[in-house]
Amino acid sequence: MNIHEYQAKEILSTYDIPVPRGRVCLTADQVERAAKMMGGRCMVKAQIYAGGRGKAGGVKLVHYPEQAQDLAQGLFAKKLVTPQTGPEGLRVRRILVEEAVEIAREFYLSITLDRASSRYILIASAEGGVEIEEVAAKSPEKIHKLSIDPLSGLHSFQARKISLALGLKGSLCEDCVQLILSLYRACLEKDCSLVEINPLVVTKAGWLMAMDAKITFDDNAVFRHREYPDMVDYSQLDSLEITAGKYDLAYIKLDGSIGCLVNGAGLAMATLDVLNECGGKPANFLDVGGGASREKVTEAFKIILLDPDVQGIFVNIFGGIMRCDVIAQGIIDAASEVECSLPIVVRMDGSQVDEGKKLLMESGLNVETADSLGDGARRIVKMLDSAESRPKPRAKRP
Amino acid sequence: MSILLNKNSKVLVQGITGRSGLFHAQACRDYGTQIVAGVTPGKGGIHVEGIPVFNTVEEAVKYTGANVSMIFVPPPGAADAILEAAYAGLDLAICITEGIPVRDMVPVKRVLDGHKMRLVGPNCPGVITPDECKVGIMPGYIHKKGSIGVVSRSGTLTYEAVKQLTDAGLGQSTCVGIGGDPIIGLSFIDVLQLFNADPETTGVFMIGEIGGGAEEEAAEWIKANMKKPVAAFIAGVSAPPGRRMGHAGAIVTGGKGRAEDKIRTLTECGVTVSTSPTRMGEAMLEAMKKG
Repeated sequence: MNIHEYQAKEILSTYDIPVPRGRVCLTADQVERAAKMMGGRCMVKAQIYAGGRGKAGGVKLVHYPEQAQDLAQGLFAKKLVTPQTGPEGLRVRRILVEEAVEIAREFYLSITLDRASSRYILIASAEGGVEIEEVAAKSPEKIHKLSIDPLSGLHSFQARKISLALGLKGSLCEDCVQLILSLYRACLEKDCSLVEINPLVVTKAGWLMAMDAKITFDDNAVFRHREYPDMVDYSQLDSLEITAGKYDLAYIKLDGSIGCLVNGAGLAMATLDVLNECGGKPANFLDVGGGASREKVTEAFKIILLDPDVQGIFVNIFGGIMRCDVIAQGIIDAASEVECSLPIVVRMDGSQVDEGKKLLMESGLNVETADSLGDGARRIVKMLDSAESRPKPRAKRP
Repeated sequence: MSILLNKNSKVLVQGITGRSGLFHAQACRDYGTQIVAGVTPGKGGIHVEGIPVFNTVEEAVKYTGANVSMIFVPPPGAADAILEAAYAGLDLAICITEGIPVRDMVPVKRVLDGHKMRLVGPNCPGVITPDECKVGIMPGYIHKKGSIGVVSRSGTLTYEAVKQLTDAGLGQSTCVGIGGDPIIGLSFIDVLQLFNADPETTGVFMIGEIGGGAEEEAAEWIKANMKKPVAAFIAGVSAPPGRRMGHAGAIVTGGKGRAEDKIRTLTECGVTVSTSPTRMGEAMLEAMKKG
């Protein structure tokens, strides 16, 4: 689960990590007033769920409140496209106005899970403000890593070693030790998959400060943090993905025309792979869960049909313990409820498969059943191809 | 022979009084598994479907001699349940639970380093030795006794693979779902090692997916150590980067964890990789022919 920069900074500041003075604004007028409060000269930062904002014009230093207002108007009016948003871009609904800080030096600091060692790892670099992947590729010697033993935790001497490696001395080094320890505490207490400060700066006045921050929460830990669901900015998410989330379905919108309904994440990925192999373009990834209950199948079906790009549906259920006749009835109920006339191919495997197929064939839906994964994928691609090549009914003349 | 489970395995179920715990305990018993006990704190002393329930794993072990646990405890208590199984001296815990926070699993993994207990999962379908013992949520009937070992990060995709193997006439020695989470107990390499040493296993089918580097590490290990043919499939060639594809661990980040790279490394290390999920059975046959 992602949150905005301003929310990440709010969290960091509760752990005594210094951040610039700032104000979140929802309108250009609010931006102007905030800029006035900062004394005119300030940073205007678009809040979106993606990085690369600077290069895309989403982060700028302005000198007058009017300039801040103009900039904000422009940002609110259109979608911001950065190297990380994809060509669609993301709408800007919130702008963070911050005091402009004179920077002496920039660093990179983060804590994340290292899957290879199954431990949290602290990563620091004396080169801040750039993507860490870039630094890792160009000058790996500048990156310092520390694997944290979960039983003993992170110690001051370890944080000091990192701070010294960054070239910090004296009281600044000790400030950095405290900051690193706080960051680890935040990472654990807030159940973060990633806490990143990039850049962490030394100001010209001689203070450490988190100029930009990113936090990703562990989706599995939301049950421990009742406030997290309220922190989500739904304007940053696909509306179908939001609906799917309500029903606990893993759904990801893709750019093709074949709606996919599959049980199990691995099989769902493999289904997209087969469709691509057959020359089809999937409209979505959708996992109804390994168990594939009838209710989930019904909801999933409705969500797929909400997508206007969908021209046909491929259902791939390896029922196993779930009975195929129950799944089939779920599909029929959902399709009838929303009056679906699109071509559907159903591949089911599991117990009571023949009863399931019979129910589908007698349902009056535009449905074919398939015997295997490959057979199903080929059928739906063929059904859509022939639907396309058929001459379309001409529009009536007025 | 087989790995991890056989007909002598005595299984207890942690979280047996929950809906799926009880359902699958019965399904496993119907398959022939010796389900000897259940554990639900606060419900010790009752019987469910003829299975005695205990308050603690330690008690259950003392009275029934159980050596394997199947865990269905919901996420908030699951990490604790795994540790309880380890401290009670079990040989193996198979954790089916999906959705355990990473922060809970990091210390569990560290503690298990010093214990004899092996952990499979979490977020996995379980382990089955066909015709002998099933500890998990997989449909038993698609399996057939034989000599192919199966190891996978996925659930239903494993069923697909097993069905294709069975259809191709290739029975299985043991099938292990290692789980789809970023932190899991047994890794691909751990399971490959067991299959390598198992005289009844003559070849291995491995199912991986995008995210992390476990498949690449396994590939290098296979090249250096594996005496038996290995075939593989990697899911997610068409997955968009930066998106979590259902499994908590299935994500391509910063150009790492891509399916193409995994497939290339596996191929370079002598593994027969099926480029399509429709040809997994064929790929295994081909690998067995090559020997």
